[in-house]
Amino acid sequence: MRRRWWLAVVLLVVLASLWLLLRPGSDARIPSAASTVGAATLREPGLLARGEYLTSAGDCAGCHTAQGGSRFAGGRALPTPFGNITAPNITSDRETGLGGWDFEDFWQALHAGKGRHGALLYPAFPYTSYTRVHRDDALAIFAYLQSLPPVHQRGVAPALEFPYSVRRSLVAWRALYFRESEYKPDPAQSAQWNRGAYLVQGLGHCNECHARRDSLGGFASKRHLTGGEIPMQDWYAPDLSTGHNGGLQDWNEQDIVDLLKTGQSAKGAAFGPMADVVAGSTQHMTDHDLRAIAVYLHSLPARATPAGRARGSTPTAVVAHGERIYAKRCADCHGKGGQGVAGVYPPLDGNSAVTEPSGINATRMVLLGGFPPVTAQSPRPYSMPPFAQQLSDSDVSAVVSYIRHAWTNRAAPVRPEQVARYRHTPID
Amino acid sequence: MRSRQLSAGCGRVRRPAVYHFRMIRNTRPLRAKPFGLAAVFVAASVFGTPGLAAGAPHIPDTLQQRIAACTTCHGVDGEGRAASGYFPRLAGKPAAYLARQMQNFKDGLRKYAPMEYTVRHLSPAYMREIADYFAAKQVLYARSPVPLVAAATLQRGDQLLAKGDPSRRIPACSSCHGSQLTGVEPSTPGLVGLPYDYISAQLGSWRTHTRAMVAPDCMAEVASRLRESDITAVAAALASRALPADTRAQAAGSVTPPLRCGVLRATGGTP
Repeated sequence: MRRRWWLAVVLLVVLASLWLLLRPGSDARIPSAASTVGAATLREPGLLARGEYLTSAGDCAGCHTAQGGSRFAGGRALPTPFGNITAPNITSDRETGLGGWDFEDFWQALHAGKGRHGALLYPAFPYTSYTRVHRDDALAIFAYLQSLPPVHQRGVAPALEFPYSVRRSLVAWRALYFRESEYKPDPAQSAQWNRGAYLVQGLGHCNECHARRDSLGGFASKRHLTGGEIPMQDWYAPDLSTGHNGGLQDWNEQDIVDLLKTGQSAKGAAFGPMADVVAGSTQHMTDHDLRAIAVYLHSLPARATPAGRARGSTPTAVVAHGERIYAKRCADCHGKGGQGVAGVYPPLDGNSAVTEPSGINATRMVLLGGFPPVTAQSPRPYSMPPFAQQLSDSDVSAVVSYIRHAWTNRAAPVRPEQVARYRHTPID
Repeated sequence: MRSRQLSAGCGRVRRPAVYHFRMIRNTRPLRAKPFGLAAVFVAASVFGTPGLAAGAPHIPDTLQQRIAACTTCHGVDGEGRAASGYFPRLAGKPAAYLARQMQNFKDGLRKYAPMEYTVRHLSPAYMREIADYFAAKQVLYARSPVPLVAAATLQRGDQLLAKGDPSRRIPACSSCHGSQLTGVEPSTPGLVGLPYDYISAQLGSWRTHTRAMVAPDCMAEVASRLRESDITAVAAALASRALPADTRAQAAGSVTPPLRCGVLRATGGTP
C-alpha cells in the first residue's frame, strides 16, 4: 500500500516535469521598449565597421549562407546526429530576416540562446560560445547585420527527430550544458592573452568543433579545445594545445598566425571545414588579434598521452606496400622524409592532420585532394590530386598507415574498412 | 633542420641504401603525370648533388604544378580521359565557359561532389587563370568507345545534331554549338570528341536538375524536350562523328541562339 503511494508520487512528479518540458512555450516576448539603442546609433559608421569585422571574426556568413546563395540569407542545412538544422536568414528583411528585431531581441539570441519570442534556440547556433561576447560587440554586430540589404528568403524549419523536435526539450539540455555568462578577463594574464581567450572562447566559437561532443551534443568543460570528431561531417578537429602531447605540439605562435592568415604554415595547411574558416573568417582578422589567439592557444596545458597511440601494429607487408605507394605518389611533393616544401606543400612528419587519433583527416585528404584556401596572401595555392580514382581502399589504408607511423609520427594504422566508409561521405 | 629530420626518418625505417635509387627510378614513369616534371627535378637534384640527397623536393613554380588536383583526372593538357568516359576534355574549350563551369560547381548549380569540393575555395581570378590554361591547349583528340547502336539511332542523332526536330521544338545542336560542333567563343563548349557516357550523363543531369545554368537555362529547356532515346541517339552520334579538320571554337557572335539563354545573354528567336 505504502509502496503504491510512492509510485503515484513519482509518477506525478514525472508527469509534471514532462508537462513543464513539453508544454507550449509561454515565455513572454522581451518587450522591445526595453531596447535603449536608437536607430541613429545603429548607423554610426565606426560601429558598422567594427560590426563588419566582428561578424567576419565570428564567421556568421559561414553557416548563414547557402551554397551559391546570398550572403547571410540563410538556407545552409547543418547536419547533426539529431537531424538537419537550417541556418536562418539574418539579413535586414522584415518578414524573413532580422528586419523586425531590435537589439534586445538580438542580445537575447546571442547571449541567452533565445529567439525573438522567447523560443529556445537549438545549440547548432553556438550561443554556448557566443554567450561570452561582450554586449558592445554584440551591438556592433547587430548594427552591421541591420545594415545589410534585405534578402527575402524564408527559413526552413528544423528537421529533427522526436524528442529533439520538441523545443521545450532544450530546457533539460540547457540545464546540463549551458550557463549564460560573459567573458571575464583573467587579471593574472596579459591583455593580449585575454583578447585571445575572448576571441577563441567567444566569437571564434572554436570549441564547437575542437572538442568532442557527448551523445546529447554537449561538451564537458574539461574537454575544452581537446579535439574531437565533428559529428556528421566526418572530419577530425584536432586538439589545439601546443604543449606536450597537444595536437599542435611544437607549433610556435607564428605558425598559428600563418595558418589563420594564409591557410598554410610550416607545420601544416588548413583543409576541410578549417579551410572554410580561414577563407571566410580568420584571414580577415588583424595581425593583432591573430597574435592574441596564438598567445592564448600557446598557454593551453600539455595533454596526457592519448590512449591507443601507436598501439595498433601494422603488418610489415602493409608498411612496405604503403612505403612503395608513398615513394611513387607522394614523395615528389611531400619529400621522402615527409618534410614538405615550405609555403608550397605541407609537411607530413609531425603534422597533426596526419597523426590525429581517428585517421579520418589523412584518409580523406588522400581520397579528396584539393586546394587549400585561397587567401589574400596565398591567391594561387598549390593543390593535391585526389587519389580516390587511382587507389583502392587497401592502397589508401596502407599509405595512410605508413605516413601515420613514418619518421617521427607514431599514430595507429587505418583499416581498409575505414577508407571504404570515408569514400562515400558527403562533401559538405 | 630539414636534412636532420630526414636522416632521422630514414634511420627509423631502416631502408637499405640501394632502395633510394630504386625509389627514384620508380618515379620516372610518372613523367606523363602531374608530378612528372617534379620527378625530373627531384632526380636531377638528387643525382646532381649527392650531398643534398636528403633535400626537399624542387617544385616548379608553374600553374601546371599548382593545379595537380585538376590534371590528375582531366590530364596535364586537359585532354580528358576518353577511355573512362566521365572525365571530359577541357583542352581548347572557350575560357569563359570553363571558368563558368567552375563557378557553377562552386555555387551548386552543377552537382558533382568531387568537383564541388575541389573548386569551393577558388577565387574568380584563380578560376579564370585555370580556365585560360586549359582553353589555350590544343592537343589531339582521343576517341572513346562508342556503344553498339542501331543505324536508325545514329541517323536520329545526326538529325538532332544538324537539323534538330521542329515537331518537338528541339533546335539543332549546331545552331548554338557551331556548324562543326566545335563550340563558339566565349561561352559555348564544343561537343565533338566527348565520350558517349559523358554526353548522356550531362543531358540526364539537366533533366534531373543536377546540372543547371543561370536562368533562363536554355539547355535545361532543350533537355526537357528530348526523349530518353534521343539522348542515346545524340550521344552516340557525337561519339561516332569524324572530327573536323579545325577543332577550334567558332568566333564570337557567329551564331544566333534560337532559345532564350542567360549564359549567352541571348533573347531567343523561336523558343
